[in-house]
Amino acid sequence: MWRSPKPRSRYDVVIVGAGGHGLASAYYLAKAQPQLAVAVIEKGWLGGGNTGRNTTIVRSNYLWDEAARLYEHAMKLWEGLSQELNYNVMFSQRGVMNLGHNLQDMRDIERRVNANRLNGIDGRVIDAAECKRHCPLLDVGKSRRYPVLGASWQPRAGVARHDAVAWGYARGADALGVDIIQQCEVTDVLVEQGVAVGVETRQHGRIDAGRIGCVTAGNSGVLAGMAGFRLPIESHPLQAYVSEPIKPILDTVVMSNAVHGYMSQSDKGDLVIGAGIDGYVGYGQRGSFPVIEHTMQAIVELFPFVSRVHMNRQWGGIVDTTPDACPIISKTPVENLFFNCGWGSGGFKATPGSGHVFADMLATGQVNDLTRPFDLERFASGALIDEHGAAGVAH
Amino acid sequence: MFLIHCPYCDESRAEEEFHAAGQAHILRPSDPATCSDAEWGDYLYFRDNPRGLHRELWVHAAGCRKHFNIARDTASYEILGTYRIGENLDPGRTS
Repeated sequence: MWRSPKPRSRYDVVIVGAGGHGLASAYYLAKAQPQLAVAVIEKGWLGGGNTGRNTTIVRSNYLWDEAARLYEHAMKLWEGLSQELNYNVMFSQRGVMNLGHNLQDMRDIERRVNANRLNGIDGRVIDAAECKRHCPLLDVGKSRRYPVLGASWQPRAGVARHDAVAWGYARGADALGVDIIQQCEVTDVLVEQGVAVGVETRQHGRIDAGRIGCVTAGNSGVLAGMAGFRLPIESHPLQAYVSEPIKPILDTVVMSNAVHGYMSQSDKGDLVIGAGIDGYVGYGQRGSFPVIEHTMQAIVELFPFVSRVHMNRQWGGIVDTTPDACPIISKTPVENLFFNCGWGSGGFKATPGSGHVFADMLATGQVNDLTRPFDLERFASGALIDEHGAAGVAH
Repeated sequence: MFLIHCPYCDESRAEEEFHAAGQAHILRPSDPATCSDAEWGDYLYFRDNPRGLHRELWVHAAGCRKHFNIARDTASYEILGTYRIGENLDPGRTS
């Protein structure tokens, strides 16, 4: 699938972090700028962080123009990704429902769907009967504590095979000459007179770089600390769960912000379930017990019939949350050092778009129209893009 | 599951009774009017996010409802100690 090369002493661009976003960045960079020597270095194995730990939901129905453009850019890349990589990422546009449980939920949903349509993003407001048609086992009874009144419905949304995304980009990047160096942990970012010149690694010593791109999700704050600055990011554990495999019962994705859980069914038959983050800063890739209980309460509220299904596995990833629940794709106080982080609990859906725009930043050293609103500068100017909840982000 | 010692109740109680309220010991700039945008942004949004010892503000939400501080390791999740607002704690001490 890909080589395991010894690192050279210098690259034009070093990308730290071989998750989906980092590998996609390397792929699009090498494709657009074949003359550049590019490496991706990874402390563990590629795709072993949040890329392999999420619930694989892909959608682009965000409220604000800036976010909608970025996520829709990703969605359009998703739609051609298997062909682009010649690798089946099993992108399945099975639709996503974001449920509304009270009048205010439905008003917010109508506002968001209207905003989506003005931005050229597909979506409809559907009533409870249509929710039931899409998902017959969803309880839309009026006697529920949190009755389902309707939903936003994005038919082009869906799921993809998360590991395949990492593998496909890794294979594609490798074929374009990118060195993917696993088991290579960055221990220091080398800065001389305000300019990043390379990284120190535990296994391979110093690697010089013309430009450095950090795509390290939950560990972004640690990397920033090595370079001598802080980020407006706090890292939290986010859990997910899969059940024992059962017969097909759910051919779409159901999310609820108010009841706070989301569920889909994998091709193997497992129910794939997620919910909220732990409230405290944590780097342990596991979640707390109270969150498990809250998640299961939410899922059983929506789908009473799963109350006796056994959960097979549970795990945690470390998500890098920002104050406005939007990513940071930005230059930093250190010249030639760029960060692509802060995707919080919703980064998987953006993988192709994130890589595509970050590749442009690493090639030019500049922001473009898509990345400009996501600059670090917004935390001084106050121009935040407040996507908390408004986008039906279930966390 | 954390067992957290509330320094006001002087009891160790389950995590579910508490709510994490972020980094502790953040000082509001004494004269906001003279802050630059960057300084004010730093106060509002930028946080320490260490992998290791972290001092946090928690509230005993389903107990005495008072805020207090926790010194906790964010990698091992060991709680090194809890202490009242206005106090400080030698991180070597274990409550």
